[in-house]
Amino acid sequence: MDINKIRQDFKVLDEKVNGNALTYLDTSATSLTPDRVVDKTNEYYFKYNANVHRGVHTLGTLATDAYESARMKVRKFINAKRFEEIIYTRGTTAALNLVARSLGDYAVEEGDEIVVTEMEHHANIVPWQQLAKRKGAKLVFIPLESDGTIKLESVESVMSEKTKIVAIAHVSNVLGTVNDIKSIAKIAHDNDAYIVVDGAQAVPHMTVDVQDLDVDFYAFSSHKMLGPTGVGVLYGKAEILDHLEPIEYGGDMIDYVYKEDATWTDLPVKFEAGTPMIAEAIGLGEAIDYLTEVGMDNIHDYEQELVNYAYEQMEKIDGITIYGPKERAGLITFNLDGVHPHDLATALDQDGIAVRAGHHCAQPLMKWLDTNSTARASFYIYNTKEEVDTFIRGLERTKEFFSYEF
Amino acid sequence: MNFSNLEQLYRSVIMDHYKHPRNKGELDNGTITIDMNNPTCGDEIRLMLDVKDNIIDDVRFEGHGCSISMASASMMTEAVKGQTVDRALEMGNEFSKMMLGEDYTITDDMGDIEALSGVSQFPARIKCATLSWKAFEKGFKEE
Repeated sequence: MDINKIRQDFKVLDEKVNGNALTYLDTSATSLTPDRVVDKTNEYYFKYNANVHRGVHTLGTLATDAYESARMKVRKFINAKRFEEIIYTRGTTAALNLVARSLGDYAVEEGDEIVVTEMEHHANIVPWQQLAKRKGAKLVFIPLESDGTIKLESVESVMSEKTKIVAIAHVSNVLGTVNDIKSIAKIAHDNDAYIVVDGAQAVPHMTVDVQDLDVDFYAFSSHKMLGPTGVGVLYGKAEILDHLEPIEYGGDMIDYVYKEDATWTDLPVKFEAGTPMIAEAIGLGEAIDYLTEVGMDNIHDYEQELVNYAYEQMEKIDGITIYGPKERAGLITFNLDGVHPHDLATALDQDGIAVRAGHHCAQPLMKWLDTNSTARASFYIYNTKEEVDTFIRGLERTKEFFSYEF
Repeated sequence: MNFSNLEQLYRSVIMDHYKHPRNKGELDNGTITIDMNNPTCGDEIRLMLDVKDNIIDDVRFEGHGCSISMASASMMTEAVKGQTVDRALEMGNEFSKMMLGEDYTITDDMGDIEALSGVSQFPARIKCATLSWKAFEKGFKEE
């Protein structure tokens, strides 16, 4: 992996921030986009700007081919059995809302239980809260270990014959915990429950094989994996999706419309009402090509190298609290004594360093961590060890600045 | 690190209010209590007011947040205490203008709040500074 060559693929890395080179450490929020993905998205508008699945003219065919060939790329990338199992959505949030509504209506009744965790992003907790309210069901939380990991015994301990759905993140966007999804899926299935996985922080950073994991539903976003914003994916097993009702109705998703009723078309379009995000889906396909060329295992190894390098140096800073387990995905969430994360982020920004500060859309987890707010640095293929050094220097200087007795 | 920009934002008077907040704590017998939070960052404030005959007789705040939001709350309580409601709301207006980079008028009775003028150069932080003032305004809109 030639990092310097990779960095040349991202025009945005030439940007100066407050007079400094950009040090982008906020990939967990959204990744940067390589030029060729932007070009591919533009290509749709410049060369075959037409609607998909409609009409017979040449541009329409080209657009449909590009849009559907991107779906094939997604299928292969996560090793889904069939292309019908790949549903385009607006993003992970929309995908999880779709499952919570559609699978929820199908599988959950009054008195049932939905198993979640406190480490979930709001997108994988609020839809389930609402489902529980709608149905008179109950949310049950898998207890977390003190280092922010989950023991399989803990998963087993909350399962019962009332459990209908287990909804869990593959990788925590705050703790960096990598959950053992394959084993958790087995526990769910042994208890006749469905498993729904929020893979937003996993798919961009490691090889994900949905058949090997044997998950029922798996959601992720394009914009965290070098792709455009506004598109994401819901993977679902076809034999389950076949039983589910769509949650949006309109163009493209129908088989036949009568005056008083309508029937639905086949998967996956049954769940894709209206004109979809065509350019964005095509861009996602290009991002997948890019990631595949670099190699997901290479990406994973390199990120591990960066995160370990950063962790070792951060650990040595006096007054730092690092959240989550030592063995983690490529992100580090932390707090510096006496410096509020927003103040920290503003100070680092003066050096051109972009980190996230706040509750990271995980308020229940903030409560569990007994804090209101944290800062987070996250890493990807375009980051370097030199950037980690810049970040560490920034932390030290920020600490010094705020420790001054005003 | 570009300390001069930072120093412009984090003037010593701001850090003094942050580290030694004025009027922080509970207010017994208050007439108005307003809770407000900034959902994007998690900052929270509870503002307690004792309003008698249209005068802000007493004021306290509780909450947590960054130095800008907490210092602003502290400065705001000093500014509005003892003022008529109308005058206090006027101060809030001038503060908003200052944050938006518009022409504003700061008078001596408004205490330290002008120290926050540098925040207008940091668009992402304006919401921090205005949280307590918004809470104050909400207290009188709801009546």
